[in-house]
Amino acid sequence: MFRVTHGSIDIKEMLAFVSDAGAGAIVTFIGTTRDHNNGRKVIALDYEGYPEMAEKELSRISEEAKKKWNIQRMAIIHRLGPVQITEPSVIIAVSAAHRGDAFEACRFAIEEIKKTVPIWKKELFEGGEIWIGTQSGVPFNLSK
Amino acid sequence: MKIKVKFFAILRERVGTGEVTKDVHDGTTVGELWTSLKREYAPLGSVEMRLLYAVNQNYVGADYILKDRDEVVFVPPVSGG
Repeated sequence: MFRVTHGSIDIKEMLAFVSDAGAGAIVTFIGTTRDHNNGRKVIALDYEGYPEMAEKELSRISEEAKKKWNIQRMAIIHRLGPVQITEPSVIIAVSAAHRGDAFEACRFAIEEIKKTVPIWKKELFEGGEIWIGTQSGVPFNLSK
Repeated sequence: MKIKVKFFAILRERVGTGEVTKDVHDGTTVGELWTSLKREYAPLGSVEMRLLYAVNQNYVGADYILKDRDEVVFVPPVSGG
């Protein structure tokens, strides 16, 4: 289960998907919008993605994780569009026979997402907005 | 050859549209297409961030030779999560 969605993420559906008779552990990671970043007061994050390729990359990350660790199943869902403070933007669920593999594969997945998956976040903060990760996103005044 | 180019995030905002179709000569590389787009769209000229190239939803090198109907995306630094 590898998806990007403009809706909310149903973690129960993900847990049901990774649930496995051979699993002794399920590890989840939930990335949420926090209210501050680099001294700025964050209002919300607005995610944009290249859906077809993002889903392909998420699936590739899972395949790579399966080569490195002994895991049963993985599910990753990433939201697009505005994500308000405290709301999840991404959820990863991994099941494995043993917890060590599940923890490590889950950590690997979120780090890889931040490197290769074509999704971009625009931070809306008090006084402006900025594309995170770009050097040229100079904050500007929203009132103009 | 016709090439579909999609723009996302900061590049989409700079160009003012999410998608254009370009005519290119046989043998044109994806890197050369970027160079010509920078000439065509002035706001792209000042883009100094490191871009990756994707063709048909796979990352490729700048020397990838375009084929008719390829879908090209110039990928600004990703920031999901």
